[in-house]
Amino acid sequence: MNLEDIIKETKTFYCLECGKCSSICPISRYDPAYSPRVMVEDALLGLEDGLVHNNKLFSCLTCGACQLKCPSDVNFPLFIQKMRAIASNNGQHGDCAHSGTTQSLTQLMANSTIQQRRLEWLSNGYRTSDQSEVLFWVGCAPYFDTVFEDLGFKVTDIAKASLRILNLLGIEPKVLPNEKCCGHDMLWTGDVDTFEELAQQNAAMIKEAGVEKIIFSCPECYRTFKEDYPNYVDIDCELQHISEFLSEAIEKDGLSFKEIRKKVTYQDPCRLGRHLGVYEPPREVIQAIPGVELVEMKHNREESLCCGTSAFTNCDLYSKQIRVERLLEAKATGADTLITTCPKCQIHFRCAMVNKGEEKGPDIEIEVMDMVNLVANALEVQDDG
Amino acid sequence: MNEFEPRIIAFACNWCTYAAADLAGTSRIHYAPNVRVVRVMCSGMVNPIYALKAFEGGADGVLIAGCNYSDCHYLNGPIKCDAMFARLKKLVHTLGLEDERLRRERISASEGVIFARVIDEMVEQLKKLGPSPLKGAREKAPSPFERAREEATV
Repeated sequence: MNLEDIIKETKTFYCLECGKCSSICPISRYDPAYSPRVMVEDALLGLEDGLVHNNKLFSCLTCGACQLKCPSDVNFPLFIQKMRAIASNNGQHGDCAHSGTTQSLTQLMANSTIQQRRLEWLSNGYRTSDQSEVLFWVGCAPYFDTVFEDLGFKVTDIAKASLRILNLLGIEPKVLPNEKCCGHDMLWTGDVDTFEELAQQNAAMIKEAGVEKIIFSCPECYRTFKEDYPNYVDIDCELQHISEFLSEAIEKDGLSFKEIRKKVTYQDPCRLGRHLGVYEPPREVIQAIPGVELVEMKHNREESLCCGTSAFTNCDLYSKQIRVERLLEAKATGADTLITTCPKCQIHFRCAMVNKGEEKGPDIEIEVMDMVNLVANALEVQDDG
Repeated sequence: MNEFEPRIIAFACNWCTYAAADLAGTSRIHYAPNVRVVRVMCSGMVNPIYALKAFEGGADGVLIAGCNYSDCHYLNGPIKCDAMFARLKKLVHTLGLEDERLRRERISASEGVIFARVIDEMVEQLKKLGPSPLKGAREKAPSPFERAREEATV
């Protein structure tokens, strides 16, 4: 795809130069050198080389805040995604956080010859069944457990809590022993070849599994399956995020929760919120638990602020400032706990708290928890670790 | 003669293991030629990505070797390396590689014999295991560096 096609597809030529994108952009607020408007202008002037070889191309969080404010409906996140594919072909990859470990793991996973040992966290307390028509998509949690060991939480706890909840609702889901990364980060850093390879392998595995429904606990996997896979492969299943699944279950059966006295606030992950428009189901689930009081942050729903990094690229000083701002906002609500539905949001917030600047000290410390962990606690289940 | 010859990438610390490899050479000790030694300033600077990239590039085994705890030129390099290695081992295990493909050794500068023995042992083990499942399964587009090198040689 060349620049002209990208401009056509993302409707960039409708740009009015109003600059609303640059005023809402979380990066631009901290980094004066970064501006979505200037990037769009450069594209329209045909300055492809300058765009592609500018590292700022990889700073975009693809959070979608600009797209929402744009009067001409320019799809800026898609524009960035496609431009990165060109940049990637020119050898530009952005600055990968964590030395590029997560990207490298994904690339290694794309080998069709490997047989992973990714289900070792699954202990006997959880019931799964190979005959089930429901598939639970685990995601990269088994790898994140190791990579983010020092952040003081286990990413697989989210998967465990999800399985617990499903088991308690009488569902014994299937899990794939050699599930591959959904490829979200590859697509958003421009490595389309690896993404396609992963998509094909996953689609083949899901077809073989013969399931009717897939439940996700990670919004990034969910978005990728829902929005991006149809362009490459056929997934003939119903797709649902666990928050949507739970809110339906609460409406239908009225689950019995034990009381938890807690004041919480909710962080909308960009993939689940702005990208897919799922704002209310997680809130309904949180509010269904007796004793839990949900207070909203200053920026919520469509206005919600990003956790500061996407696809593990260009995590820098500005990302950190965005994170601190969001945590201060969460603290300002007076909530005890910040609830999110995305494991990566949780990783990034915890990272900001562990590696805090001296000036911010205890001001930004707040308990961060995934929605499924809260629900699992309220359903009176003990985690056997 | 189509026997499988494994390829080992060894990250060796400048002050001890690299010197040991040098000593093995100057002492005319025979050992398997399957190893490519990468000199690093300290075993504590080796990041998990080094090993992952080596596997990505087709290595059959990776050796990370440095000073003994008491010999480190920078005081605590081996301790850092141990912590890193524990994580790397878990990652490689989850990816589905055999544990023997990854090895951590502490070889001091005077132990050329031990260096030679470690390499011989590793080659023998890897020959039993066969080629890495990550090897050459995917045709990857050449990186800009590779392209530049190709152009330079033409």
